[in-house]
Amino acid sequence: MYRYDQFDAAFVAERTAQFRDQVARRLSGALTEEAFKPLRLMNGLYLQLHAYMLRVAIPYGALSSRQLRRLAHIARTYDKGYGHITTRQNIQFNWVRLEDAPAILEELAEVEMHAIQTSGNCIRNVTADPYAGAIEGEVEDPRVWAEIIRQWSSLHPEFSFLPRKFKIAVTGTTPDRAAVKLHDVGLALKRDANGAVGFEVLVGGGQGRTPMIAKTLRPFLPKERLLSYLEAILRVYNRLGRRDNKYKARIKILVHDLGADALSEMVEAEWAALSHETSVDLPAAEYARIAAYFTPPDLPARPAEDAEFLAAQAADRTFRHWVRSNVKPHRTPGYALVDVSLKPTGGIPGDIDADQMEALADIADRFSLGEIRTTHRQNVALAHVASADLPALHAALNAAGLATGNAGLAGDIIACPGLDFCTLANARSIPISQRISTRFASLDRQFDVGPLEIKISGCINACGHHHAGHIGILGVDRKGEEAYQLTLGGRADEQAAIGKIIGPAFDADGIVDAVETVVATYLDLRLGPDERFLDALNRLGPEPFKDRLYPDRRQAA
Amino acid sequence: MPLIKNGRAASDPWVFYADDAPLQPDIPAVVSLPRFRAERAGLVPAGLDLGVRVAPQEGPEALADDLHRLGLVELDFPAFTDGRGYSTARLLRQRYGYTGEIRAVGQVLRDQALFMLRAGINAFQIPAGETADDWLAAIAAVRSAYQPASDGRAPIWYLRAKRAAAAQ
Repeated sequence: MYRYDQFDAAFVAERTAQFRDQVARRLSGALTEEAFKPLRLMNGLYLQLHAYMLRVAIPYGALSSRQLRRLAHIARTYDKGYGHITTRQNIQFNWVRLEDAPAILEELAEVEMHAIQTSGNCIRNVTADPYAGAIEGEVEDPRVWAEIIRQWSSLHPEFSFLPRKFKIAVTGTTPDRAAVKLHDVGLALKRDANGAVGFEVLVGGGQGRTPMIAKTLRPFLPKERLLSYLEAILRVYNRLGRRDNKYKARIKILVHDLGADALSEMVEAEWAALSHETSVDLPAAEYARIAAYFTPPDLPARPAEDAEFLAAQAADRTFRHWVRSNVKPHRTPGYALVDVSLKPTGGIPGDIDADQMEALADIADRFSLGEIRTTHRQNVALAHVASADLPALHAALNAAGLATGNAGLAGDIIACPGLDFCTLANARSIPISQRISTRFASLDRQFDVGPLEIKISGCINACGHHHAGHIGILGVDRKGEEAYQLTLGGRADEQAAIGKIIGPAFDADGIVDAVETVVATYLDLRLGPDERFLDALNRLGPEPFKDRLYPDRRQAA
Repeated sequence: MPLIKNGRAASDPWVFYADDAPLQPDIPAVVSLPRFRAERAGLVPAGLDLGVRVAPQEGPEALADDLHRLGLVELDFPAFTDGRGYSTARLLRQRYGYTGEIRAVGQVLRDQALFMLRAGINAFQIPAGETADDWLAAIAAVRSAYQPASDGRAPIWYLRAKRAAAAQ
């Protein structure tokens, strides 16, 4: 993991002191809420329905056990004893008092954390593959580049008042677990014909009310030139992005209006010009310094097949199921990646309480080099677990209520906070998610259904990524009533697609039934258990699903 | 309005003239970019101390040939959320080599001044109810910088390299 040196620490300390002064000015009345708003937003502090919410940055999802224990302490001391993992791999505290915000930031700074740029129209927390540095088939560790981008983008003097927020994700592998095609800029590490490492640079992906899949801006960018090229993209966007309508201000609209080719030419011209003027690309020594923090851990050799692990699977059905859904092969034989689901049946997606945070920190120390990763699917991953330790790990997770075996299955639902917390929402997301997860409580049934991503947003801003859900649910306001649109066929991976609305919206009871109907239709019509939901949907098209969802439709037609 | 320039309180001799207002002799004049372009032939040879106010959408390109004649470029921020002026400032400094005064006018918050300073803006008007000291303190709040920009400040990676070299 990256560790702060004196310079990083001084930077965050300055920023924390600055915010303490700004909060004091707000509390004394010297700053109006209107003038304070941009300042608090740049420090991750939102005003929600009931209280302030503080969004703490977890750069590319990387947490140490020490940091997680501090988050537990903050949850207990300053909040109601829990936190919420977001789809940008961050953590939110929903019940913060303004007076406490400076103290929280100081507590965070002590463990090399901050809340800088977790909101506002700036470059947001950079996300990356949560399996980075552990999964097979990586071109290079994307966290190195995510950290480089984090540093470069922190309080960037030119790009802190952009037309709109700007999100960057980095992946080191195909398949893509970082959703790079749904980001303002997506970076996919690639090798060229000569074996040199660089990036395919994608631009203009995004969700919200105008969902778009990113287009390739440059098929191959030498990795050493990343920052200057990003600076060129951001400059073109900062100058030309629309500012007259916040819903048309993301770079995806610029890509759409200009076309990717024209934008690419402008970026190339700007890049060529600025390359003569500034030395924004990191010197090799600084790159090497940062990369050294991500040197693969020295994992002791272990047999690929551990007898005890195999015996435990044979003996314990629950364990076997959990392994099947939540355990992935590590690139080192005898080790595993473990998804820790924060989606217990009937629970709130992404919520984790202080006791669980501390238990997880202990578990990470014991089994996974003291390192925890948050994921954009609102779960947590442990990256370096010896297969032989999996039975003991499972038991420890189980004791903490963290052994739900549904990773990637129907119960592993992404949901935004919705109308329970958010001022923007039209409808509640969390109760819908809880009811769907309860309907699919049976793991046998979830396994029968297979990989299925259900994603729920409480409004068109799409924080719950409904556009990218295999089954997506969008909360809308229908004459003052909460209603829910259903979309099918979205996905966030390397074959990213936007789900299509299947028909008229449902009420809260109806949408839960509708999800069941979609799943039942799939089970009835699939060619066999090997045909996944998305494959069946592609083969069948939406009609059979419409027929079952809207039985009156055929009679009317 | 009181002014700070290059990190200290300064007097302000400049007067902005609306597009239909006649210029006064011997008073350094700031005009809009459209007026500057329309009246350029009359303004430039007159030997006036001349400044131009640039709107966010205008950018520096239209001024490039005349920058050496200008004592002041004002960047207008009609709203503090409009960040185009930051790019304009960087281009003026780095692409067009402008070394004169760049002043932020309009809706500028003191907590934005440190970003502006780094982008190449070196003069700020102090709004009523605030002091030059308030602004200088806000500018000094964050001295560390991760990236090179237009203020000549050494980025953190440069300081790291220097420290590593000194340790050897």
